[in-house]
Amino acid sequence: MAGLLVPIGAVVAAFLVGGVMLLTLGVNPIRGYGALLDGAFGDVDALADTAIKSMPLLLVGIGICIAFRASVINIGGEGQMIAGAIVSTLVALAVPDVPRLLLVPLVLLGGVVGGAIWGAIPGALKAYSGVNEILSTIMLNIVAVQLMNFLLRDLIMDPYEKDGGRIPQTRRLSHNSDLPLLPGDTRLHIGVLVALAMAVLAWVLLWRTSLGYRLRAVGHSPAAARYAGMPVKRTIVAALTLSGAMCGLAGAILVFGSESHRFVTDGSSVGFTGSAGFNGIVTALFGGLHPLWTIPSSFFFGGLLFGANAMQRAVQVPAALIVALNGLVVVFVVSSDRMRRAVGESLGRGPDPAPHDDVEAQP
Amino acid sequence: MTDFFTMASLVFVVGSGIRLATPFLLAGLGETIGQRSGVLNLGVDGVMLLGAFGAYWTILETGRPVAGVFVGLGVGLVMGVVYGVVTVTLRAEQGVSGIGIFLFGLGMSDLLFQKKVGTPLPIRGFGDWHVPVLSRIPKVGEMFFQHSVLVYLAFLLVPLVAFLLNRTTFGLNVRAVGENPAAADSLGVSVARVRYTTILLANGLAGLAGAVLAIELGIFQQNLTNGQGFIAIALVYFGAWRPVGVMGGALLFGMVSATVLQWKTLGLVSGATSSLTAMAPAVLTIVALVVISRTVGQPAALTRPFDRGR
Amino acid sequence: MSTRKNRKWLGLTALLAGLALVAGACGSDEEAVDDGLFRIAVVAPSASNDLAFTQSIVDAVHALDGVDAIDITDGTFIVDDAAAAVRGYAEDGYDLVIAHGSQYGGSLQEIAKNFPDTAFAWGTSGDTFGLDNVSAYTAASDQGGYVMGAMAAAMTSSGVVGVIGPIAVGDAKLYVDGFVNGAAAQDPGVTVNVNYIESFSDVALAAEAAEGHIANGADILTGTAQMVVGATGVAAENGAKWFGTQSNQTSLGEDMVVASQVYKWEKALQGIVNGVKNGDLGGSAHTINLENGGIVIEFNDDVDSGDARAIGEGLIADIKARMVNTGA
Repeated sequence: MAGLLVPIGAVVAAFLVGGVMLLTLGVNPIRGYGALLDGAFGDVDALADTAIKSMPLLLVGIGICIAFRASVINIGGEGQMIAGAIVSTLVALAVPDVPRLLLVPLVLLGGVVGGAIWGAIPGALKAYSGVNEILSTIMLNIVAVQLMNFLLRDLIMDPYEKDGGRIPQTRRLSHNSDLPLLPGDTRLHIGVLVALAMAVLAWVLLWRTSLGYRLRAVGHSPAAARYAGMPVKRTIVAALTLSGAMCGLAGAILVFGSESHRFVTDGSSVGFTGSAGFNGIVTALFGGLHPLWTIPSSFFFGGLLFGANAMQRAVQVPAALIVALNGLVVVFVVSSDRMRRAVGESLGRGPDPAPHDDVEAQP
Repeated sequence: MTDFFTMASLVFVVGSGIRLATPFLLAGLGETIGQRSGVLNLGVDGVMLLGAFGAYWTILETGRPVAGVFVGLGVGLVMGVVYGVVTVTLRAEQGVSGIGIFLFGLGMSDLLFQKKVGTPLPIRGFGDWHVPVLSRIPKVGEMFFQHSVLVYLAFLLVPLVAFLLNRTTFGLNVRAVGENPAAADSLGVSVARVRYTTILLANGLAGLAGAVLAIELGIFQQNLTNGQGFIAIALVYFGAWRPVGVMGGALLFGMVSATVLQWKTLGLVSGATSSLTAMAPAVLTIVALVVISRTVGQPAALTRPFDRGR
Repeated sequence: MSTRKNRKWLGLTALLAGLALVAGACGSDEEAVDDGLFRIAVVAPSASNDLAFTQSIVDAVHALDGVDAIDITDGTFIVDDAAAAVRGYAEDGYDLVIAHGSQYGGSLQEIAKNFPDTAFAWGTSGDTFGLDNVSAYTAASDQGGYVMGAMAAAMTSSGVVGVIGPIAVGDAKLYVDGFVNGAAAQDPGVTVNVNYIESFSDVALAAEAAEGHIANGADILTGTAQMVVGATGVAAENGAKWFGTQSNQTSLGEDMVVASQVYKWEKALQGIVNGVKNGDLGGSAHTINLENGGIVIEFNDDVDSGDARAIGEGLIADIKARMVNTGA
């Protein structure tokens, strides 16, 4: 039980610091946090909205689990989400009359493909041209945003807008592509289930398939993997491609599960993604780089992010406080001993003094 | 297109390119020092934002740009201490701690700005300093010798940092720690001390970069940097961990951005097409790197926390 | 993963989830209260003190009569978050929810259908989606643009004027078009360079756009939207004059800002508010312009604009009398 205290202590410590910040702003921390928690978890609708907010974090996080385990740093989540959104939107615009049963999986597949491509490019660049993935993913993030802006202002702009107000958005996408809502009269849609399914699939991939074994082996030690005859380069490409695919799926779900059922931009990437490309990294690390534990982790961070808006409305504290708090939680928890060792093991950074049967064991 | 190929355009592209490159250069130089010692700092953007806000607020309250510069630097140093504790003493995973610092800086700078600054009034900076004699050379003078002192400072740092890394004992230690900390440790070099120093330098420069940005723009806003810190990190890889390379990358990025801007100003691209051209700096950076195709590897111990017991 | 780790993570997760639910249950109850107060809410994409887009609506709602409570959610540039805020206000029983941002339209179109008893207002646009609980409001910013374009053309000594815009949409596009037309009408020989930076928020890019204009000879600049403060800084540094829009921007430069086209959204909003109180939840588009006093050109007396001011004032009168086509 002692090992549990440290990360909890870290989270509590971060919230205490946040409480101090609230105090200096003249807000009662209890009221502030109360509004945050109530906004995120207070009733069924809030829980549903939190789940929806968690979805991109979960998917990006799953992608990070896959990539990080292969020792590949993927900070291109933002661009991959946008790429997935673009391809899935193109699909919906191309074949709007396909029956719903088929169109929904089709657009989601489009998202997977778009994100996969956007991950494969830096993967290939890394494996075959030695271009570091940090550089290529950052640059591709920029390219993706501009591509989105171009398309939404020209090729796929709502024809109604072209002569009118020129809002950079698509037309209302085919009703057949709306993500079906789950029973219960909330806004919860099937995208959340898809994300959960992906978490399970990723777990299966990493620990029950040979590809997963190769990914982890390459992450542990590329030299040893090569010596063992594994195709290291192809594995690296696979890592980034799969990671990108997850992010792309998130982008597609964002478009087709959104309130407006349109793809709309304000010119920036964060306006569409909500920084899920970065928050997802945090989510994955907090979940110990394990796809299944990324689920509660994403729910936690999703709650923080969603509740922040409620807190802003209730006590007039800018949501920016929660962004900062998010960062604090990350820094505190990552610094805590437990987390460090767990992650260190997962990434294969050398032997740990205490015996661990992590990487090879069946979870 | 002939509108573009004029002297005025060239002067603008070079001059503006230099100016745009400055924050990238400062942050990139800092990151280079850090990475050479094996420490990856993904939080640069957040530190830049905090430095930018610190500088802006200081100048708003005191009216003294110099004070603003020092505050920006100071904020960076404070964040450096934090990052040092987290990654060196506590040996936390560097990638995610960096993202945490980024999120913290993004939120904190925004929060402080909303709560501490009522109406965002513009601040005055240093103004352009015309280098005696040289600035009067027609055209060339305008391009190179009429910038703010902060720009000259940044470019002066390039040979300084190169000297530091390549010709001093400290630099030798930095590189040793970055390549093989265990060996360095066995030779009596304090890995922790070296890394703390490089982290302080890296974050201090990032804070300074933010201050420079705020002073040059004369204002602060939420997410002022808009991802520039990340671009600076990317440029370190582009520059193969050499200060001159980073400078080259920053200038490439800056001048391509300026070129695209000039096209837009002249009306050569407009509407949706301008989004396509806005991709140019990013695409060109990748292409350039593929073409140059360096096989110089990264510092071998990059992102690996050092634990003597292992 | 070992079972030891399993249990620890499970425990941590369960504890956090438990804490969350308990705290949530203890939190304040935010049920919709019908207490006879007239409550309005505003959702806007940038900060309330941005001296531009959001500031204009915040100032306006505070100038309204007959409103008992005002709630503002600013800085929501993430469209999904804004949609959630709008929906949240509707669920909380606010009487009028104002979605101030053209990107919010698609979401509002869907949300408004689910809350037929709540009044919504959307700007800047003229589209009410055919729903009778949605009002649209926009500004004929081309009018002020025309006036100031003409003034700029009259005032410029270099013959070059620069315009910095965000995305060519809504009131931004109207303003820029009007400005260009006004300048051309006053003096066709003046060059007006327009640069849409394709972002509402990139201050650095706006600043560089302004630098570009200055480098190409502009001695007068203008621009619109919340990132415009980057451009004004550059104008100040280079001694260029500035024409502002959306809010009074004189505080950005006492000796720099010639005039500002100020949006008095309250002229449109008051009508909407009164309508809602009388049971008319919306369905029409409202435009503020010079004629109805929703747009006011506020001149900065500290800047001597010579003949241009007379020209400007003359044009204002002409536009009010509908004698001029601002052509946007």
